[in-house]
Amino acid sequence: MGFDWRQIWEIASSPDNVPIVALLFLIPFYVWYAIRQGIANDKLIAILEGDAQAAKTKYRKTQPWDPKWDREVHTWPYLMRMEFLVAIILTILLMVWSLTLNAPLEEPSNPNVTMNPAKAPWYFLGLQEMLVYFDPWMAGVVMPTLIIVGLMVIPYIDVNPLGNGYYTYKQRRFSIWTFLVGFIGLWVLMIVIGTFIRGPGWMWFWPGQTWNAERVDYAVNRNLDQVFGIDGSWLAAITHMSKDQAAIWARVIFGVFPTVLFFIGAGFLVHWICMRTEFARKMYKRMSLVQLITMYTFLILMISLPIKILLRLVFTIKYIWVTPWFSI
Amino acid sequence: MPEENGNKNKTGVLDKVKEDAAALRKTLEEKAKQQVEELKQPEKTQLYRSMFRVKHDDEPRNRALSVLSNVFFHLHPAKVNRDATKYNFTWGMGGITFYLFIVLTFTGVLLMFYYHPTKVQAFRDILYLENDVPFGKLLRNMHRWAAHLMIIAVWLHMFRVFMTGSYKRPREFNWCVGVLLMVLTMLLSFTGYLLPDDQLGFWAVTVGTNMARATPLLGHEGPLGAQLGMTPYNDVRFALLGGSIVDANALLRAYIWHCIAIPLIAAIFMGVHFWRVRKDGGISGPSPVMLESEIKEERSPRPVVLRPSGMGQGG
Repeated sequence: MGFDWRQIWEIASSPDNVPIVALLFLIPFYVWYAIRQGIANDKLIAILEGDAQAAKTKYRKTQPWDPKWDREVHTWPYLMRMEFLVAIILTILLMVWSLTLNAPLEEPSNPNVTMNPAKAPWYFLGLQEMLVYFDPWMAGVVMPTLIIVGLMVIPYIDVNPLGNGYYTYKQRRFSIWTFLVGFIGLWVLMIVIGTFIRGPGWMWFWPGQTWNAERVDYAVNRNLDQVFGIDGSWLAAITHMSKDQAAIWARVIFGVFPTVLFFIGAGFLVHWICMRTEFARKMYKRMSLVQLITMYTFLILMISLPIKILLRLVFTIKYIWVTPWFSI
Repeated sequence: MPEENGNKNKTGVLDKVKEDAAALRKTLEEKAKQQVEELKQPEKTQLYRSMFRVKHDDEPRNRALSVLSNVFFHLHPAKVNRDATKYNFTWGMGGITFYLFIVLTFTGVLLMFYYHPTKVQAFRDILYLENDVPFGKLLRNMHRWAAHLMIIAVWLHMFRVFMTGSYKRPREFNWCVGVLLMVLTMLLSFTGYLLPDDQLGFWAVTVGTNMARATPLLGHEGPLGAQLGMTPYNDVRFALLGGSIVDANALLRAYIWHCIAIPLIAAIFMGVHFWRVRKDGGISGPSPVMLESEIKEERSPRPVVLRPSGMGQGG
């Protein structure tokens, strides 16, 4: 079993995967591009913070500046020529792309022949990958809702007035790290895993491994209560429940503890991160109670994803709380 | 008498016509010359002036007016922050997204001429497009790749807006509109995925909509769904597919969502989004850096006064 280059090429060259290959280059580039401008601004900020006179007089941008220049320029032609240029370049790019690469078309749809792997469109592969770690109601419904709502509350919980309208890193460390972890770690990376790593049967294939549909994974996933050997015998002993019933209820009761424990632990972790620097403590004081609760809740839920991934992939634990109605 | 009279009349009319013709011949040449001369300045003609209300001489007033008096350009302000015209601040991602939406609308309308959203025809229409329709393959390819590109552009646009802190006051609401537009973009792409009616789209949509089964309360396999009387024939997945399996109704529903409903909704949100960019004070930067020592004590939340253009200073 050598390194299967052919398999990698097959995945990367599949027409619908081209956007992901493009993402692999575009995302690092633009992260670098944004951070680079942020660092340039941070240097300027450091100079201005140390020199009160300069802070009053100096042009507060890294862009070249001459007092003789107008602060504003005419949209036509200075902005619109750029827009037209971009439109032309983009059209040419699309033309070339469309002439050289054909949109995929498989066999006619057939409910009797299941595609293996059956994959969602690439931009939803992050959600499909989450299906490994959460039940469908979490991965397919609750998580997307939380992502959308979570994105929408950002402006209302970010009380930091700095960095409004310019790139910076030092003035917004916490929010930038949070966003990068969410966007790259929990979204783009999941898409990349869903595309390049997940093969037939949604099994984990390292790059270079052949996608062998015959392979059988022997991973035995257990629930947390099984690890602790919860079988409900003590509950049956102190109540009149049957053994089966007691086992179910024992699991329900047991699951509350790790779940609550996680929320408390993650809450402390979030709080610790939020209070690490002088500046962060200052921001903390500016927040209202509603803002704090909202932010902590979303951050805790965000942490739950990597925790579940870790539990599943490293410790082969499936659920931490099993109930007859839902499991997480 | 009548003859005489008639003769007299006849000669009279003839003479008049001859006279007129002679006069016309004389002035016609002059007139034609004059009109040809005028054509050298088309912007002075009535036709031109009826279409374009302003002169296009290169002077500041006209530069501003050419933007403001054009329905397609007037989304722009007359003047912008000089540093904002560079590529490095905005990356042009919002504009690229909008341009791709236009490309997709254009290619999409053309594709609609060749497509029937029915189980019998849909797949054959794609084959027809690919093999027989002139430039059909190019058309489909462009639509597909522009759609993928649009999603990437939306994400990068959101990333840029985040990294420049442009969602902060007073642009909070527009960020929310933008998030919804991103969701709509992905839904547009997703509903289009099923339309070729091939294995790829069929199974992608099957996987996608199977999750809807598990919607809490509203899906028959979701938490508390069964307790609320949800079955495969009345839950939210049934509503999405128009049935309990991905079949003819699902194809029709995807088609209508894809071609009519979502584009309309997205267009409305886009209108709000662009309008709010202007009303929230234009593009956010590059604005002068702010120093930590300049942070003011937070007062109780101030209402942001929206000052539509023409209402007092600023605006």
